[in-house]
Amino acid sequence: MAMHTIRVTVNGTPYEKQVESRLLLVHFLRDQLRLTGTHIGCDTTHCGACTVIVDGEPVKSCTVLAVQADGSEVRTVEGLEQGGKLHPIQEGFWQEHGLQCGYCTPGMMMTGVALLGRNPNPSEPEIRQAISGNLCRCTGYVNIVKSIQYAAARLR
Amino acid sequence: MIPAPFDYHAPTTLSEAIALLQRHGDQAKVLSGGQSLLPLLKLRVGAAGHLVDIGRIPGLEYIKEEDGFLKIGGRTRESEVERSEIIKSKYPILHDTARVIADPLVRNRATIGGNLAHADPANDHPATMLALGAEVTATGAKGHRTIPIGQFFTGLFSTALAADEILTEIRVPIPPPRSGGAYVKLERKVGDFATAAAAAQITLGTNGEVERAGIGLTAAGPTPIKATEAERFLLKKKPDAAAIAEAARLAAAAAAPTADRRGSVQYKREMARVLTARALTKAIERAGGR
Repeated sequence: MAMHTIRVTVNGTPYEKQVESRLLLVHFLRDQLRLTGTHIGCDTTHCGACTVIVDGEPVKSCTVLAVQADGSEVRTVEGLEQGGKLHPIQEGFWQEHGLQCGYCTPGMMMTGVALLGRNPNPSEPEIRQAISGNLCRCTGYVNIVKSIQYAAARLR
Repeated sequence: MIPAPFDYHAPTTLSEAIALLQRHGDQAKVLSGGQSLLPLLKLRVGAAGHLVDIGRIPGLEYIKEEDGFLKIGGRTRESEVERSEIIKSKYPILHDTARVIADPLVRNRATIGGNLAHADPANDHPATMLALGAEVTATGAKGHRTIPIGQFFTGLFSTALAADEILTEIRVPIPPPRSGGAYVKLERKVGDFATAAAAAQITLGTNGEVERAGIGLTAAGPTPIKATEAERFLLKKKPDAAAIAEAARLAAAAAAPTADRRGSVQYKREMARVLTARALTKAIERAGGR
């Protein structure tokens, strides 16, 4: 069993851990770091529930090896709230009723945060395009779009 | 789902990567963006004893025009291709293609070299590169060699790359004036493989006749299909509706799709015809033909 030492910064905290070659980033986050806010949905690169931000880009963490993230900076949903204050994207999902069951929400929010980092004033089509790799089976997306628009307004 | 155990290597130079490929032979697989390979390993449809990750080798990500070619580094991510200004303004067919591959999150990892080297006939770049008449650079122990894209796809998931070669560059000849291209894809939903898709690249002469035509089909057979009869038919013709319709008919005749949940053979062949006509129409428009 091939083991590797990796150094990864997650939500600002540096970690040095031993991982097996085949360990997926999502399992590293959930099982080794106990950051279970990142969800496993389809596990087949479709649903986006496992979306985290790696070096500024939102990616599906079920389709990245933990060893590939060696040296990277990772942001997960746990890193959004700061000092007891919700991140504007979290506030947006709350205020605009952007979730029902909540399963897709961590991934949706990380995709939303990454979008707003690149484009602070996205149009509705741009938001819909950005979240097209994140599936939600409850909301019909309307309130998710509103939630991201809310966050965009708050962040401007 | 967890892949079967494998060893992972992260070389930082091409020669180191090639040495690893030589050492491990057919036990080794090149890991680029991993967006096709990792799902296959997770589903255990594929297996590899050794993954050679080329992600830490510098100098494989670029998009530039040089020596008469648009040169794209093999490890260039699809999201970079999608956002590239030079591609948006001068190679709309490549922009059309990149933006319909999988979904935006996948495109942040997926690479253009991987899309070609994986040689899935349902991948999108192969048809586009066939239409553009591209060539790829394979780098191995003996240095670089150039493979015309028409000779690159040798079978289902098989390419002309040797086991110890890495696809390091894609070269697209800079199209002459009055050229245009388009890629049109039919998919059930975002992220799905194509039910059918067509790529067309056209150059018009000063008299308005077709001087060069390239047509590629996605998900239309065991390998990406180059619709050579349709291409030949268009040469020296005015690209009017009748010519487009006949070229589309010839392209569909070259398609040999298989039936699956996306549709029957007959349906997919019909879609190949419709999409070829649409791609040709758009390509001719972009070439300034109408």
